Amino acid sequence: MARITMREAISQALWEEMERDPNVFILGEEVGVWGGTYAVTKGFYDHFGADRVRDTPIAEAAIIGATIGSALVGLRPVAELMTINFAFSAMDHIVNEAAKLHYMFAGQFVLPLVIRAVGGGGRQLGATHSQTPDAIFAHFPGLKVVAPGTPEDAKGLLKTAIRSNDPVLFIEHATLYQVRGEVPEGDYSVPIGTAKVQRPGRDVTIVTYSKMLEISTKAADLLAKDGIEAEIVDLRTLRPLDMDPVIESFKKTNRAVIVEEGWRSFGVGSEVASRIYEQAFDYVDAPIQRVAQKEVPLPYNRNLEQMALPQVEDVIRAVKEVL
Amino acid sequence: MEKEAYLDLYYQMVLIRLVEDQAAQLYQQGKIGGFLHLYIGQEAVSTGLISARQPQDRVITAYRDHGVAINCGISAVEVLAELMGKASGISKGKGGSMHLADVKKNFWGGHAIVGAHLPIAAGLALGDLYQKNDGVTICMFGDGATNIGYFHEALNLSQVWKLPVLWVCENNQYGMGTSVERASAVSEIRKKADGYGIPNDHVDGMDVLLVRKAAQAAIDHVRSGKGPYFLEVITYRFRGHSMGDPERYRRSEEVKKWQENDPIGIYRRYLIDEGIASDAELDTLDARVEQVVMEAVQSATASPEPGPEALFENVYFEG
Repeated sequence: MARITMREAISQALWEEMERDPNVFILGEEVGVWGGTYAVTKGFYDHFGADRVRDTPIAEAAIIGATIGSALVGLRPVAELMTINFAFSAMDHIVNEAAKLHYMFAGQFVLPLVIRAVGGGGRQLGATHSQTPDAIFAHFPGLKVVAPGTPEDAKGLLKTAIRSNDPVLFIEHATLYQVRGEVPEGDYSVPIGTAKVQRPGRDVTIVTYSKMLEISTKAADLLAKDGIEAEIVDLRTLRPLDMDPVIESFKKTNRAVIVEEGWRSFGVGSEVASRIYEQAFDYVDAPIQRVAQKEVPLPYNRNLEQMALPQVEDVIRAVKEVL
Repeated sequence: MEKEAYLDLYYQMVLIRLVEDQAAQLYQQGKIGGFLHLYIGQEAVSTGLISARQPQDRVITAYRDHGVAINCGISAVEVLAELMGKASGISKGKGGSMHLADVKKNFWGGHAIVGAHLPIAAGLALGDLYQKNDGVTICMFGDGATNIGYFHEALNLSQVWKLPVLWVCENNQYGMGTSVERASAVSEIRKKADGYGIPNDHVDGMDVLLVRKAAQAAIDHVRSGKGPYFLEVITYRFRGHSMGDPERYRRSEEVKKWQENDPIGIYRRYLIDEGIASDAELDTLDARVEQVVMEAVQSATASPEPGPEALFENVYFEG
């Protein structure tokens, strides 16, 4: 096992897949000469060349449209959206085209494509550049939505996404790039659509993903000092959503807190809580709690921004509520 | 061109006309649901255009796609069955009128969001460029599509990357009910291509041979590796935008004037005047098309609906 950053893990997955398959190529804004605005593709342009690391104009609909078209004819494009907030400029191509073409044409169209998008708040980028709109994209059948919380999962899931014949939106959290974690040596993959228990516990189930895995883990460390053992289930994929480990854990703990960075209304927490109530109602010992972003556009000011984002203390408070 | 090839163009145009006539009737009988956009009046555009392509050349179009589908080799029965939502339809009844496609025939749809298929066409062309194929992507769209951002993003990208794509604007004078003059800052639409440094031309879309000739030159240009080309085809739809269009936006005299330039009538006269075919030969061909279409209507009508198991099929390729 090597201990590397999330950025390195994602970069390695891309590099290895491009070495493995000449049909894999990258396109996006500043992915080439610049090396990626988050430096994920640093060095790629010099190694793989301009044809396989394609700098695009600032034109998200064209980027995703070209991604779809080139996937239809057998390539395996990996598009980078500089931030997921720009995905709204390509919304039609993501949800009306990528998510529907396979179904609408009765399986004739195959879309082996990946859209990498950087999401999340906490970097004082203001309301338009700090969103966590993951649930919006997870709403659409036909699209797969992946959002890893560890370097190991990021590398393994991205490899699976690139090899998959379905369109995958791969959401990377901007503040996780420096996070380090153990990553297996050599080639490995992690299946899309599988949740994972990242930390075992007996008292309460925390369901989370992406950046909030980090927050939840810190909360669990503090709770452990009080003798409260939280089990953390990392969803890793939002669509298709794997509820099995969640339900299994809940049947053991009978209590759940769902932690997400996006807004509470119509969010991941709403969906997961509903499914727990539907699938394990007899096991419920306390109303399920949701921790989420305050219902405001994310402000620039650091203190205000942090007030709006879910914090470790919010998770601890919610856990104590259900116990 | 051999006589057979001349007659084939005629056959295809008449086939489109009669399929559309039948579609209109089936719609009025309630056998076709949703939207129905007829190609009547524009037959010479896709017939001429697609007759100039090679098998490796891809075709992608907007929602007025029945004629394009037929020109790409999809049978009348597969088209009609799809319009009627049948399992034997080309998209197994899951796409409908606006979503006909046959990948094996290099026909990539049938796209219902105005302008959204232009960036996808750029992607198809990128695929060929990347794989060093010599195919040309022929992307058709209406005049209305040239006002949406996708058009401009796609044209720009195609020239920046020198993509092997032929942009074909079917200017039928109206985006739904809004005339080109009321919707577009320039009414000579091909001038928009100048803004991206893309060479362009225009052609009378009521004359199938002129369209074919212009298409051949345009396709040759693109195939030679010079990058994209833009062809504006001037045409007119004889029917409303879709079924149930009250057509308050145009005068019946205007429609009548264009109908005097019926592309099928023009071509029929040409074939007779040039001594390529006789009246009787063309009547025989008409009768053959009518038989094919009536059989297609019967066969499509009789064919089964998709079963309930189809509902969840093809949401994903993998699980």
